Amino acid sequence: MKPAPFDYFAPTSLEEALDKLTELGYSGKVLAGGQSLIPAMNFRMARPAALVDLNKVTELSYIKPTDNGGLAIGTMTRDSAVEDSDIVKQRFPIIAEVMPNIAHKQIRNRGTFGGAVAHADPAAQIPALSLLLDAKMKIQSKKGERVVDAQDFFMGPFMTVLEPEDMLTEVLLPGLLPGTGCSYKQISRQRGGYAQAAAISKVVMDGIKVKDVSVVLFSVAETPVLTQEPRRVLVGQVPTAEAIEAVAAYVAQNECDPGTDIHGTTEYRRNLVHVLVRRSLNEAVERAKK
Amino acid sequence: MADKVKVKITVNGTLYEREVEPRLLLSDFIRHDLGLTGTHVGCEHGLCGACTVLMDGEAVRSCIQFTVMADGTDIKTVESLGTMEKMHPIQEAFQEKHALQCGFCTPGFLMTTVEYLGKNPNPTAEEAREAIDGNFCRCTGYENIVEAVQLAAKKLAARDQ
Repeated sequence: MKPAPFDYFAPTSLEEALDKLTELGYSGKVLAGGQSLIPAMNFRMARPAALVDLNKVTELSYIKPTDNGGLAIGTMTRDSAVEDSDIVKQRFPIIAEVMPNIAHKQIRNRGTFGGAVAHADPAAQIPALSLLLDAKMKIQSKKGERVVDAQDFFMGPFMTVLEPEDMLTEVLLPGLLPGTGCSYKQISRQRGGYAQAAAISKVVMDGIKVKDVSVVLFSVAETPVLTQEPRRVLVGQVPTAEAIEAVAAYVAQNECDPGTDIHGTTEYRRNLVHVLVRRSLNEAVERAKK
Repeated sequence: MADKVKVKITVNGTLYEREVEPRLLLSDFIRHDLGLTGTHVGCEHGLCGACTVLMDGEAVRSCIQFTVMADGTDIKTVESLGTMEKMHPIQEAFQEKHALQCGFCTPGFLMTTVEYLGKNPNPTAEEAREAIDGNFCRCTGYENIVEAVQLAAKKLAARDQ
């Protein structure tokens, strides 16, 4: 057998799962959809001593509309359920647009929204989306509950503020302001493959001027990156093609840290960032105007 | 060694009650414990799609699921489709369009297509191509497979009329 042996627990309620995580401490790990963890275990890159499987904790699987036009997404909600959800399409069309780019249908049928956030793969779409949309991470443990902003949640590659006894139970997405447009652009070598670089933009327009803007990059640094330059330069301004071009060039040179690998050099991937930021910002502006 | 866990899993309509090690992959349970060797194991880390089966009607990669996670579910493998004498319409379409050479990847393509056509009964060539983006074929290229998916859609529509 490929994975190393582990102790296995399959709680049927959140309370039971939190008890078990506290009991196991550092030896315990949460198993959500398993679409990243199990491949890592097959390679024995990951060898957790014990797994707490959440697949029978049905109370963690939901998409609930909130009063402010947002959504609360339970941690075990499958990616395909998010992708196919009408309320997601209606309130966050950008999420519905991004989801089909996550691996393949077979993966999205099992992979979970909260699992992807907690896994914090720097090349993954969902952590980047959560950063773009100012998500609030609801974290529960036997000791209680706390809420952490997406900006404070990701510590490094595959590292978050979650402690061994903690569980990310819900991702809360505040509603978008009227006049918001978003756009997603990525380059990958094949459909469903990891992006070599990707940019997601969110623009709020007030007439012809930018009221607010966020651009998140991923696959080009140790965590998803919420860039600073677009907000610093574009807010209060008319987002001309020239202004967007200058912002994109700055971001590519100064706000990401892509490595060189078999698929592309640092320089090449900075160039991708430049192009993708420009394209996504331009499209987000157009969509925000509608 | 970790304690064995009792599971109840329905595979192709038969309920199996077994005790398994938690680390037993669903693909290995299907092949080694149940002897259903139609499900093929290629990359064993969720890239190639050869091990695709249906879990409660949804296509999943059985090499990146533990058997214990499938407790209480309904699994369908390629053996559930047709027989040598009477193939399933999707299998017929793959044969007619020469959508396989060595056939290693085919069970995964077939099971992926079952789920997809159930939800999208009339795909364009572009949509059919997207539907199989999670399955690798190293022999044929994908042209004939795309055509087979579209032909299968027609055959299923004719059968269900």
